[in-house]
Amino acid sequence: MPEFNFQKKLKELKKMASEEHMHVYEDLSKIEHKLYGGESGTTAWDKVTLARHPERPTALDYIDRVFDNFIEMHGDRQGGDDAALIGGIGFFEGIPVTVLAQQKGRNLKDNLKRNYGMAQPGGYRKALRLAHEAETFGRPIITFIDTPGAYPGITAEEKGIGEAIARNLKEFSRLRVPIIVIVIGEGGSGGALGIGVGDRVFMLENSVYSVISPEGCASILLRDSSKAKLAAELMRMTSRDLLELGVIHGIISEGEGGAHKDAENTARHMQEVLAQQLPILINKKASQLLKERSYRLLSLGPYYEDQQERGSLISRVFGKR
Amino acid sequence: MGILDKFKPNAGRSSAEIRVPWRSSGIKKTRTGQKKSELAYIEDKHACPLCHRHIDDKILKENMYVCPGCNHHFQLTLKERISSVADPGTFKEFDASIRSVDPIEFPGYREKLEKAQQKSGQNEAVSIGTCLIEGRPAALGVMSFAFMGGSMGVAVGEKVTRLLLKGAEQKLPVVLFAASGGARMQEGIYSLMQMAKTSHAIALLQEQRLPFFVVLTHPTTGGVTASFAMLGNVILAEPGALIGFAGPRVIESTIKQKLPEGFQRSEFQQEKGFVDTIVDRKQLKSTLSFLIDAHIPRREVR
Repeated sequence: MPEFNFQKKLKELKKMASEEHMHVYEDLSKIEHKLYGGESGTTAWDKVTLARHPERPTALDYIDRVFDNFIEMHGDRQGGDDAALIGGIGFFEGIPVTVLAQQKGRNLKDNLKRNYGMAQPGGYRKALRLAHEAETFGRPIITFIDTPGAYPGITAEEKGIGEAIARNLKEFSRLRVPIIVIVIGEGGSGGALGIGVGDRVFMLENSVYSVISPEGCASILLRDSSKAKLAAELMRMTSRDLLELGVIHGIISEGEGGAHKDAENTARHMQEVLAQQLPILINKKASQLLKERSYRLLSLGPYYEDQQERGSLISRVFGKR
Repeated sequence: MGILDKFKPNAGRSSAEIRVPWRSSGIKKTRTGQKKSELAYIEDKHACPLCHRHIDDKILKENMYVCPGCNHHFQLTLKERISSVADPGTFKEFDASIRSVDPIEFPGYREKLEKAQQKSGQNEAVSIGTCLIEGRPAALGVMSFAFMGGSMGVAVGEKVTRLLLKGAEQKLPVVLFAASGGARMQEGIYSLMQMAKTSHAIALLQEQRLPFFVVLTHPTTGGVTASFAMLGNVILAEPGALIGFAGPRVIESTIKQKLPEGFQRSEFQQEKGFVDTIVDRKQLKSTLSFLIDAHIPRREVR
């Protein structure tokens, strides 16, 4: 029997087992990974580990390499400046761009200042302020996602973290300038999406993006917090998964062994993607850009309906516009 | 009688008199230590979970499932909710066949979904339609917490989006009753993306100068709070509802301390500036019809 079929058979078995026999599923997964590994010999959990690697380059490491003359712009103009979500202006191949990024700390001290990349409402409001500035002056926006999630604390709730994220989702969906989103590490839930709505979404090869952390998924859905590794696989949170699911546009390859071993090459690959995508988006009229963004947002996710009317719904919306 | 007479959320009572039905948390523990959702009281509406007063079924029904003693608002079923706001017989549901498809083949999800469908007789955790509210046409969406915790998967996101686009297309104000534990994790990244989808649809509605009214009911948390629930032109809330992004248990485990009483309740959210006004259930319908009247664009501003 050719090996190709064996792998396919394994997948089928896994699917059957997933319905009722979780332990069989776990074993089959292990066998599969032993035999074939992930697409480059890694499991979903390996990716999670890489995405959270303490030496993984942070947003500022890429910003310094990819943009010229970056200047950070501080403050939400409402009495604060969140160091976990930064923004500023730089030049990319001669074009001024606004950069927004979740910034994890590079060491313990830095992490305390950056709150481990977990932004407060003020961070999202600063991002929106800078995005509106970018819109006014027609600058494209590049965002870097790297957060375990928005900060789940008392102050965040008091200042309306839900409202801050919600407003960004709505406003970013209508900004009249190109937006390119790159997930560089952890894409944690609503906190990630708060600067994640755009025209193009890319993920670094070893980054992850999910609705909840694998630990959270394990304890809530699998009722066993030790099953995070399994949860990571079930949730389909790797860059390859998201590409297959049609949620992102592409994967940016990292250097050998992961970005932490080769930040230079990773940044160079990022630069290549931006150099390819930015001109395409800049050359679109704002109305066309918004139309395409709208179409993409409204098409997110498969569902069942007796008579498929989705196409006509969207065309009704755009017919009028 | 001025038009404002209709708008009396807490008519005749000063705020000091209003008894706030604080609940220590949305989850009650039974004697065996099992977690028992307050939802159980939908089936058993005999005793108030807060003041423990025995309430006669008929009286409770006449009182719109609000405890006559302590003003505790019981959770409503879909049917009860619709009849509490829509004029009798005017609710016309649309797109009812939309349902989830288990997009990432998450183990056990299909069975859970089927169970919820059988138990509720609904396909999904939200129902959308058009109706009249005191004679005024509106698009109405009602989420039901009884269906998998009102969680938002692709189908719920799609239906909320359709509701908003229906409003945009037929020039109707949109009213939505939110009740949700957040994103439906079994649908993975797709459930997260519904936050972007629904929020975008609100932008499309509001650009046409049509209003979106949200009523936050117990509980509204997670991804629903971080998307359409916080994007109403007017945000109303029922008294004592739990409203927040991170759930109380998540926050407690992060900060390693007990949360203060009343944290994340409607009254807290109004005080912090995220709810326009808290409205007792009995005044909701008249408040909504007032708001619909007040949001007809009066003049060209552009």
